[in-house]
Amino acid sequence: MARNGAVTWWRRTEKIDGFDLSPTDTEAVHVLAVDDSYVDRKVIERLLRISSCKVTAVDSGRRALQFLGLDEEKKSNGFDGLKVDLIITDYCMPGMTGYELLKKIKESSAFREIPVVIMSSENVLARIDRCLEEGAEDFIVKPVKLSDVKRIKECMNREFRVGEGERERERGRGGINKRKLRESCELSSSSSSSPSSQSPSPSPSILSASAPCSPSSLDSPTRRLKMTISE
Amino acid sequence: MEVGQMQRRLMDYTKSLFMEGFLDGQFLQLQQLQDESNPDFVVEVVSLFFDDSEKLLNDLTMALDQPNVDFKKVDAHVHQLKGSSSSIGAQRVKNACIAFRNFCEEQNTEACLRCLQQVKQEYYLAKNKLESLFRLEQQIVAAGGSVPIMEMGF
Repeated sequence: MARNGAVTWWRRTEKIDGFDLSPTDTEAVHVLAVDDSYVDRKVIERLLRISSCKVTAVDSGRRALQFLGLDEEKKSNGFDGLKVDLIITDYCMPGMTGYELLKKIKESSAFREIPVVIMSSENVLARIDRCLEEGAEDFIVKPVKLSDVKRIKECMNREFRVGEGERERERGRGGINKRKLRESCELSSSSSSSPSSQSPSPSPSILSASAPCSPSSLDSPTRRLKMTISE
Repeated sequence: MEVGQMQRRLMDYTKSLFMEGFLDGQFLQLQQLQDESNPDFVVEVVSLFFDDSEKLLNDLTMALDQPNVDFKKVDAHVHQLKGSSSSIGAQRVKNACIAFRNFCEEQNTEACLRCLQQVKQEYYLAKNKLESLFRLEQQIVAAGGSVPIMEMGF
């Protein structure tokens, strides 16, 4: 590609310094979204993009693993996938469920640190428990709203700031203690778990409908967790 | 009809869809995701929903027409339809699907057939209403006006 000298020089400098991304890009979170429903993929993609995330949307757990380079059968040779900062996956999918995908990711030394969020239309406590115990960062009851995506983004930023020391200890004790980390997230972002899900829209003329709350906001799994963890 | 009148008509129509339970808060969420960079987002998602649903309704009709009904398959289809209708805020379609799933669990073919009828009815109603809504929006835009942002105060 014929470019003027200045641009070429900039590219070379990037490589020498080892940075692949321009300063602004390092701030954009890259999310891998997994959902077999075309409608839901379109919605989650938009929710994430409008929240300033880069999105790659795939329709199955298998494809998610392929994208990450984890699929045993289809090794993407030499392809260094874009760094993924968060994986958000539907629970109920044909073939590989979100839970199975979660397990595979947590079993992988390369990817187990990536936070995984599960989405499900069923607010089943046993399912939520199982996912959290397997190391899921959070569990969203569908339909997914802007406030859910914002909450996850906020939690992620906080986790990154927590520091390596604490994360080392977390790794040692396994998934269960992830709840504690999440709990502290929840305590400090209590405004985001209010029942009348406010969407933090800048424009004052857009009000959330005070339509009947979906069970998800009242029986928020995160709230339930606050009550059961008593140490 | 001038733009102001058209806008009022759209607001009233949209409000009625919420009052009558055709649409719920999730539809408003979708509208909030629409902007100048994605001016047709709602229409695009809803169109996907229409395509998806019509295929599912066909699959359901065929599945229930079998001599030995595979209720797991039927349930899977209904689950999908419930999911997508919930994602776009088509409340009555979603509720019809919830009822349907209960009868799948009971493996009651007769009841399932009745549910399928119900779901079809709700779906075609929703489709009709949404298409009317989009037509009203198009008229406003064609007349040089802008589509009003919904404010729900109930």
